[in-house]
Amino acid sequence: MGALDHIRVCDFGGQLAGAGATKLLAMFGAEVIRVEDPTNEGRWDTMRVVGPFVDERRGVDLNGGFNNHNIHKLGVTLNLRTAEGRELLERLISVSDVVTENFAAGVLERLGFGYESLKRIRPDIIYVSNCGYGHTGPYRSFKTWGPIVQAVSGLTFTSGLPDSEPAGWGFSYMDHGAAAFMAIAVLAALHHREVTGEGQWVDLASTTAGLTLQRTAVLDWTVNGRRSRRPGAPNGNRADFAEMAPHGIYPAAGDDRWVAVACRDDDDWVALRELMNDPALDDRFATLADRLEHQDALDETIGRWMSTREPHEAAHDLVTAGVPASVVKSPPERIDNDPDLDAWGLFPTVEHPLMGKVRVEGVPIHFSETDWTADKPGPLLGEHNERIFVDLLGVEPAELDRQHKDGVI
Amino acid sequence: MTALSGLRVVQLVDERTIDAGRLLVELGADVIVVEPPGGSSLRDQPPFLDDDPGRERSLRWWAGAVGTRSITVDLETPQGQATFAELLDTTDVLLEGQGHALDPAGLGWDTLGRARPALIWVSITPFGRDSRRAGDPATDLTLLSGGGPVWNCGYSDHSLPPIRGKGNQAFNVGALYGIIGALTALAHRDHTGRGQLVDVNINAACNVTGDHTTYYWLISQIIMKRQTGRHAGMTPTAPVQVLCADGRYATTGVLPHKPADFGRLHAWLEELGFLDRLPDAVFLQIGAARTTPVDTADIGKDPETAAILAAARDAMFLIASELPAYDYYLSSQEHGFPAGAVVSPDEAFQDPQFLARGFAVEVEHPDLARTYRYPGAPYIFHASPCTTPTRAPHIGEHREEVLADLNHRKATNNA
Repeated sequence: MGALDHIRVCDFGGQLAGAGATKLLAMFGAEVIRVEDPTNEGRWDTMRVVGPFVDERRGVDLNGGFNNHNIHKLGVTLNLRTAEGRELLERLISVSDVVTENFAAGVLERLGFGYESLKRIRPDIIYVSNCGYGHTGPYRSFKTWGPIVQAVSGLTFTSGLPDSEPAGWGFSYMDHGAAAFMAIAVLAALHHREVTGEGQWVDLASTTAGLTLQRTAVLDWTVNGRRSRRPGAPNGNRADFAEMAPHGIYPAAGDDRWVAVACRDDDDWVALRELMNDPALDDRFATLADRLEHQDALDETIGRWMSTREPHEAAHDLVTAGVPASVVKSPPERIDNDPDLDAWGLFPTVEHPLMGKVRVEGVPIHFSETDWTADKPGPLLGEHNERIFVDLLGVEPAELDRQHKDGVI
Repeated sequence: MTALSGLRVVQLVDERTIDAGRLLVELGADVIVVEPPGGSSLRDQPPFLDDDPGRERSLRWWAGAVGTRSITVDLETPQGQATFAELLDTTDVLLEGQGHALDPAGLGWDTLGRARPALIWVSITPFGRDSRRAGDPATDLTLLSGGGPVWNCGYSDHSLPPIRGKGNQAFNVGALYGIIGALTALAHRDHTGRGQLVDVNINAACNVTGDHTTYYWLISQIIMKRQTGRHAGMTPTAPVQVLCADGRYATTGVLPHKPADFGRLHAWLEELGFLDRLPDAVFLQIGAARTTPVDTADIGKDPETAAILAAARDAMFLIASELPAYDYYLSSQEHGFPAGAVVSPDEAFQDPQFLARGFAVEVEHPDLARTYRYPGAPYIFHASPCTTPTRAPHIGEHREEVLADLNHRKATNNA
């Protein structure tokens, strides 16, 4: 059984920032019903139309990313511009525990389903909205994508070399972050409802979520008055606050191969020095303070040694010696060649009716009693209209046919 | 009343659990950190108050342990082990970062967890409890490097190393999944009365925090490669990060594609008096006259489409390069084009939007006769507001009250 078998979610969450949250809830057993717009074939979620695709076929039901983010969900279509579509949505909300969405602020309200309306339909409803700036504040009408969230929350800034252009994150890190906080918001609100019987609206702003991931840097400013923007900073690969040295990513033998090494303390340092066996690593580097003072020379020496080493062998030797190290792993190295992750079952395969067998991302949590499942693909557009509208809500099949013809669903 | 009022959490505090505890504190849980007699080694982490090291002065500790209570327990002695076991009798959720390393002393899940059927035991470890690598050394840097995020980040010049973003993000990702696991188990317990073991694997968590770079490999066996200031790509893509007039950077986000967007962009150029500087602005008018959105997939097939999108990018870059980064950000958003200024964490913290959301919370430090501003919660719970926490505890500060409470509960239960 799933931990959330008793929960039903009416879900407008798209992209990764929204869909990623409800994917977890679905894999934990909740009945998550994604509501999409039939008039644009669900295209408000761009994941339905961009790649990757398994072959040359294209279409809203053929996207591998959409499937990845939506496994185990049910899918219905509703045209909320029609009175009948809105009435069906009201009926769906009335039997749901949670409504989730990550539209721009105010969109759901303009569709007629803001929190006050939701509460009228179901007084103890839990409504979790998730957008870049939240529903309050001077920038609430601004719109974001993951990289924008990362830029305005300080995350992009801290990923770079000193006095250089920011390197940034290379992917929508904060789509994952927003999805995680959204899932936490739903679960915390469910507990509150369980204890008090009370529903509520939780208004999540992903830009602030991004800044919660840099709490110590903020305190260094509010307490010590030290700005992150200063000469020589940031240096992403060095320790955040000079607590370790060496602490870097070094070039290994081969084309664009790199190995990360971090010495947590003097024991790690001694182990590294013995492994490298380089007379240049003399007493100049004995203590952390010494190593910090001569960090450029230290990095150069380690880099020279590493550049002659096969990366996996070097990382293995370092770890065996007790020194934290890792190859900067490529997607195939980490996804297909990690026996640990195989044993974990992190990348399960689902059978999709049109795409066939496709791999998806699983969950980095295992539960001893209520573990997750990943055996159902993401929904085709409107795939579960009959199941939800007829079987759950009691619409007559003939009536549903008419509604389909009339463009209601 | 907060969302997790009355929820008792015990945390064997270390770098793997501290951020998870923080997430529960702001939702209102009573989080008790268990430290060794001399205090947690996290207290030795810089930066320090006034850069003056001290075990009550670590800002890493302050940031993570704010709002918790501290009890010192020597888990290497039978007495300490008994205290820990008794503490678990009154605990709803245990957060620990050691996995099977707790077993030899009889402090692991098999001994203490299974015997308490309602306990939610959350184990957050670098490679998962049963990994063959469970004993391997790991840090934030090595976990992010082995788990995928670092592969994607850096510069288009690949003679420069891939870059790690700061802030202990591997441990943050582990903490987020730890709390998702804890609260999912809590939902199950609320429904059935039963607790369970929740095994969180930080390496696995990093591996499913790679966005498109993971599913492009899963679906199409395509490897994305790092590029300066934008998404890693299968082939080089056009820059989106711009050097602005004040020497700071901004990101322009996704290029516009709707006819109305091109019209607005043209008008914005005109408003700024920049039309003369962008002869290709005429293509924005052509884009505006189209009846359907421009499809980026047509760039290679249709020269006009390519010219429209190139003009849009050039227009964005021209405007951004002529304005200070923050002004460009606001002006771009106000004109309907999502964009952002690249700001530092402290600059973000002072941003009018963040302040208006009440993100900065005042935490009193009576012992220092000071009040400092801390980052608050990212969400507004309308019925169960997040708490404003008390300062991080001193070493063992709450030992007496926690033990007295424990004895009181025992006495009540025995009666």
